[in-house]
Amino acid sequence: MSLIRGRRLLAGALTLVAAAALAACGSKTTDTDTAAGASADVSGDTVKVGLLNSLSGTMAISEVTVRDAIMLAVEEINAAGGVLGKKIEPIGEDGASDWPTFAEKAEKLISQDRVAAVFGCWTSASRKAVKPVFEKNKALLFYPVQYEGLEQSPYIFYTGATTNQQIVPGLDYLKAQGVKSVYLVGSDYVFPRTANKIIKAYAAANGMTVVGEDYAPLGSTEFGTIVNKVKASNANAVFNTLNGDSNVAFFKEYTSAGLTAATMPVVSVSIAEEEVKGIGTQYLANQLTAWNYYQTTPGAANEKFVAAYKKKYGADKPTSDPMEAAYVSVHLWKAMVEKAGSFDVEKVRSAADGITFEAPEGLVTVDGATQHIAKTARIGKVGADGLITEVWSSGQPIKPDPYLKSYPWASGLS
Amino acid sequence: MTVLFGQLFTGVSIGAVLLLIALGLALTFGQMNVINMAHGEFIMAGAYTTYVLQQTITGAGWSLLVALPVAFVVAGTMGVLLEILLIRRLYARPLDTLLVTWGVSLILQQLARDIFGSPNVQTRAPELLTGNIALPGGLTVANNRLFILALALAAVVALTLALRLTSLGRRIRAVVQNRDLAAVSGIPIARVDRTTFFVGSGLAGLAGVALTLLGPIGPTMGTNLIIDAFLVVVVGGIGQLKGSVIVAFALGVLQATGEYLTTLSVAKVMVFVAIVAFLQWRPQGLFTLRTRSLA
Amino acid sequence: MTAVAGPPVTDLAPDASPPPTVRRPRPRLRAAAGFALGAALLFAVAPLVLSDFRLSLLAKYLCLAMVAVGIGIAWGRGGLLTLGQGVFFGLGGYAMAMHLKLADAGPGQMPDFMQLYGQLDELPLWWRPFASPWFALPATVLLPMAVAFGLGSLVFRRRVRGAYFAILSQALAAAMVILLVGQQGTTGGTNGLTDIQGFFGYDLDDPVNQRTVYFLIAAVLLALLALARQLVQSRYGELLVAVRDCEERVRFLGYDPATVKLVAYVTAAGMAGLAGALFVPAVGIISPALIGIVPSIEFVIGVAVGGRATLLGPVLGAVAVAWARTALSERFPGTWTYLQGGLFVLVVAFLPGGLASLLARRNGLGPLARLGRRRTEVAG
Repeated sequence: MSLIRGRRLLAGALTLVAAAALAACGSKTTDTDTAAGASADVSGDTVKVGLLNSLSGTMAISEVTVRDAIMLAVEEINAAGGVLGKKIEPIGEDGASDWPTFAEKAEKLISQDRVAAVFGCWTSASRKAVKPVFEKNKALLFYPVQYEGLEQSPYIFYTGATTNQQIVPGLDYLKAQGVKSVYLVGSDYVFPRTANKIIKAYAAANGMTVVGEDYAPLGSTEFGTIVNKVKASNANAVFNTLNGDSNVAFFKEYTSAGLTAATMPVVSVSIAEEEVKGIGTQYLANQLTAWNYYQTTPGAANEKFVAAYKKKYGADKPTSDPMEAAYVSVHLWKAMVEKAGSFDVEKVRSAADGITFEAPEGLVTVDGATQHIAKTARIGKVGADGLITEVWSSGQPIKPDPYLKSYPWASGLS
Repeated sequence: MTVLFGQLFTGVSIGAVLLLIALGLALTFGQMNVINMAHGEFIMAGAYTTYVLQQTITGAGWSLLVALPVAFVVAGTMGVLLEILLIRRLYARPLDTLLVTWGVSLILQQLARDIFGSPNVQTRAPELLTGNIALPGGLTVANNRLFILALALAAVVALTLALRLTSLGRRIRAVVQNRDLAAVSGIPIARVDRTTFFVGSGLAGLAGVALTLLGPIGPTMGTNLIIDAFLVVVVGGIGQLKGSVIVAFALGVLQATGEYLTTLSVAKVMVFVAIVAFLQWRPQGLFTLRTRSLA
Repeated sequence: MTAVAGPPVTDLAPDASPPPTVRRPRPRLRAAAGFALGAALLFAVAPLVLSDFRLSLLAKYLCLAMVAVGIGIAWGRGGLLTLGQGVFFGLGGYAMAMHLKLADAGPGQMPDFMQLYGQLDELPLWWRPFASPWFALPATVLLPMAVAFGLGSLVFRRRVRGAYFAILSQALAAAMVILLVGQQGTTGGTNGLTDIQGFFGYDLDDPVNQRTVYFLIAAVLLALLALARQLVQSRYGELLVAVRDCEERVRFLGYDPATVKLVAYVTAAGMAGLAGALFVPAVGIISPALIGIVPSIEFVIGVAVGGRATLLGPVLGAVAVAWARTALSERFPGTWTYLQGGLFVLVVAFLPGGLASLLARRNGLGPLARLGRRRTEVAG
């Protein structure tokens, strides 16, 4: 109250202003010309797209490289003449590893910058936070990370693997290797908990036993107890859904407890080339990963992608599955827009079905019904050079099935 | 039995990590009442020092040994800079140091991201420290954990001896016990404060080197660690190291036991409840310095 | 022990207050003018000049400002550096979100995420009362107050204070997050409760309803400010400042400092709870990310930036810090954390009275000006 001492004289005037403005405001609230379903601004000779990744906070360790891959795709497309004759103008925002910030920035990109599409998000929580924003505004999000499935938003395209393209093949591989018992280790959030539910249902139907299940809080770096439990369980293999920093601590602990890929292999679904670099091959030698893409995946498209990426960002920078999925998502969007002949979201959506792209991981096809893409599953082994080499592949793209409807054992899950 | 011993050792080694982080905090918090939220970033500086040294010194063992003193100096220097530039101005408002150093920690994290890149970096641990020692009865003890335990204990012993025997130590103790009287007796308080900050931050650097053996090396590695370390200092009591030592190991064992019986989440909550209960019993921590001041 | 800036801003300082006879009406008039100005800004100017998107951001900032009002009382007046306000914000937010989720799902139904991630067959027992607005709405305020009362009466009675209290309250925030995240099936885990569609029958996607929510929030904020003013100007307010400046002397005078602090802490918790409850319809999400250590510290920093010991300072500071975060991160996505960190450092280190003291200094506004100039002292 002391703050406005001496402004007594102003009070009367202010009250008047307030009253006038309130009257003005009354009329303002009724006109809703600021459209909720913000349509993209494509009036200029460029088209804006939003890039929404965490550049700060704990998730920056993973999401920055995704941003880099998206930027590479944007540059490639612009160099080749853009989309429908318009150059792409990327607008980057920082999600700051904070879910409500993701929602705020998504809203900003859609309603203020009026972008034609947004590329980004990593964690399931950030996707869940922005989903209502995209649905409300009828705007498009391309989400590039493998995730837990059980979702199908009409305004999200999922270019990473859903569970039947990553986790189920990983389990099939373990089963073929004669694994009878697994121990589940994961971070305490949606993806690991849902993945482990699926794994338990699979195990029950396929004669495997789950001998233990442990969750560590996100970002936790203390794995002494969990590794003790894993070691005491004598499981045939470990299925690891830990995220980010926790993986580093887990594998360091795992190695010093004397556990190796030979004695008790670990299948990880969140460790790609970039993470291998952060953990160190000394701790990861010969451990398994399940993905759809590795830097070593053969094919001309991948050679081109890897070469372009290293040229732009440095020879020591590896490429990984989420980066590839993000890179692919921009190219898929371009193909959809060109097929639709328009940036209009509904037209782009209806043009999506059957779009194919010769991606670094091989041919991918958009499934219009689920808005996921058909991808080839690959199990890989971490080599001494830090790269992951394929030891098994599904041979052909697997049709996406986010709700696992075609798997009888999964009937109770969703 | 095997499990019991394994968990006990895990608890002790969690305690050793906590202790290594908390020692520096205990020193600066105890003497100056400064709550240094950037302590975690000094740990990070220590870890990155190890990483940088490994680029030049290829032998993993040697680089780790060299990293220990270098990281101590690097982190200590950062601490002194922080003291001179900011904290010195805030001794009259100790709680505000928490907010200021929080801002500093944000800046340091972004700095690390810009210098070393966002993704984690790796260091190679010497072969000697990746294995484990098998004890009779199927027990194993991880070498890196033993190393950290030894390092923490060595730091405690060195610090205790320094505080007891050196003239600097006497000065620090004098300042901790009664700042005004110490000043009156001719002790250069400002210089003692600065030295304490150097040592306290340097210890964070040591912790950073040790943590490269256990966890990730990245821009945000420090943030998760220091909350527990602060709890150790608070529960241990201000002004004496023995409180921190006991409490660090007690919390470590409590957490390991709780985690084994339930889950890590529940264990963390249990630890919190235990701390609130403990402070009911001893609101000033396990050991308190007796002073005649009222507050 | 506590070392919060400056002398009390209540009219204890004789040189600052006019003779008692004239004194009564003037503060009232000033306050009235202040509220008129605030109301004009919030109800008229802001809706006129801001787009729907910016207005919804402002609604969010104003919720943070409500938390700040509470912190202004507990910390600015009472010297209780509470680093766990996120917990109370979260309790209020979750209580409201649980009710809205149940209302969205319809009677007898379960919120969508429970089947997906929890595989629950029926609504957990502790969710059930939240189906009724008569339970959920009071709970948004009373639940945080009850928790604050429980913790506060334990802690203050045993004279845990200063940095001890700060660190303890921070640990509370950490524990709360871990607890919520661990119960994914019933709390939504790290995702939190998202995708809230309706607010007591009104569709939140409709911009007109969003605007109404904004007006509701602005009105509640003004009401809280009025309440806070009453509180700090009362005898209790003076006692609270006295406890901050020298707890022992207050004790010797026959008061119980623990009760005095407890009232401030519980009030702050209630305000944070209300803020959380209104945050939910404004933003459509409540998650552990909003209630942990980082947001809790940011609440306090907003207050420090604005000026902790003033009435309006915390509000302005909270809005300024939140706005700066949005504006800086939009303009400099890669480097904004430097600017944010730098701002915190500079303001807290070199401007202990916060931005309010700058304003006061320039206008020569009595006690506030002294707050910035005078070196602060450690009491006790």
